[in-house]
Amino acid sequence: MQIILFNNVSLSMERELTLAELLVQQGYEENGFAVAVNQTFVPRSTYASVCIREGDKVDVIVPMQGG
Amino acid sequence: MTPEETQRYSRHFSLPHLGVAGQKRLKRSKILCIGAGGLGSPALHYLCAAGVGTLGIIDHDRVELSNLQRQILYNVKDIGQLKTLAAKSRLLKQNPNIDIIAHPEKLTEKNALSIIQDYDIVLDGTDNFNARYLINDACCVLGKPNIYAGVFQFSGECSVFMPNNGPCYRCLYDTPPSISPNCSEAGVLGVVPGIMGTIQATEALKLALGQCSSLVGKVLRFNALNLTFETFTLSANPDCPLCSNGQSFYDLSHHHSQELCTMTSLNNDASTSTIEYITPQALKTLMEQNSDFILLDVREPEEYEECNLAGLLIPLRELNLRHHELDKEKSIIVHCRMDGRSLQAAEFLCQIGFPTVKYLKGGIVAWAQEIGDMPNISIPL
Repeated sequence: MQIILFNNVSLSMERELTLAELLVQQGYEENGFAVAVNQTFVPRSTYASVCIREGDKVDVIVPMQGG
Repeated sequence: MTPEETQRYSRHFSLPHLGVAGQKRLKRSKILCIGAGGLGSPALHYLCAAGVGTLGIIDHDRVELSNLQRQILYNVKDIGQLKTLAAKSRLLKQNPNIDIIAHPEKLTEKNALSIIQDYDIVLDGTDNFNARYLINDACCVLGKPNIYAGVFQFSGECSVFMPNNGPCYRCLYDTPPSISPNCSEAGVLGVVPGIMGTIQATEALKLALGQCSSLVGKVLRFNALNLTFETFTLSANPDCPLCSNGQSFYDLSHHHSQELCTMTSLNNDASTSTIEYITPQALKTLMEQNSDFILLDVREPEEYEECNLAGLLIPLRELNLRHHELDKEKSIIVHCRMDGRSLQAAEFLCQIGFPTVKYLKGGIVAWAQEIGDMPNISIPL
């Protein structure tokens, strides 16, 4: 079991996942958001190659348009 | 500085990085606030109070009663008035020593470059994605710092985008979400834009004073419910159409399309351009008559060394930062090797207000074929 923090909620994964796999698993399939792993934004083109491991913090950031 | 100003700004004078010299710097600064709503209200108040010499305000809305819950620039008597004019009147009562320029119009791809180019720093206090992408692209084209903030319910975020020196809004959000509620739909706690707008003003003052912004390459996210500030690191995205290979477009023509946020290819197609051209023969005649114009060569220095028409060399990729070297009073003829770069340069110069800009049709290649005579040539084309 791998425990990560996904959007500030603890989440168990059965195995290491790529960021792309994790996002699909969590229902984020469209565009229109950014993702930070351990407080650093990750370009969309690398989602399939970034590996999410035990202890990682993953935040899906949705833009705020209000002003 | 007048005795009144000396007294007014006395609390600034003993501050490191500020003092009398810093205060004079603020007075010379020109800051544009796009959107005079929840974010713009506190930002404008503090920038005005701090003595920023020129404040521009662009907004096409009128004050509504539901604005007063957070837009602290306005009061009941302003309802129905244009926000820009109500804001100007209020701010001048706070500090009559500064210039306030009201732009009571909507920011569009047609007016963005000409308005923004007159300012040193831009604050994005708008309330929709189209405007945010437009401001980002215009600031990248013009090389202006863009201090961005957005709010949603109890949360806010802020970043500073410095063209040519850090990521931009498109590096952060490559596309907008298909559905995203704005403040009128989702609601917002009034103090949240108050806090975020004040942070925008803080960063604007630091930049105006020549200090670094703490939010370049960073995104600050605020949550009012648990009172947390979180900082994220953002690098230029290798896939960003603006930042990936230097600047890949020089005008805002992609904003003509219905999907304003989506990048499409830039307009460098001579068949659809409205820019006038001049033939090599006509250029030769102008040169022989010693006409008063600037011949602008937008190729790279290596190309210029090989052969040139003794024009002023400003490579296209530097034009957004170096267009001040050109005299606006004079007519400008742009050329490159053929037509591609000169058309982009000409469209850019037209958009930022150069009255007479033409391009050399066929570029230096056509000149070599039709005229042949090339005074400064070391390697044949």
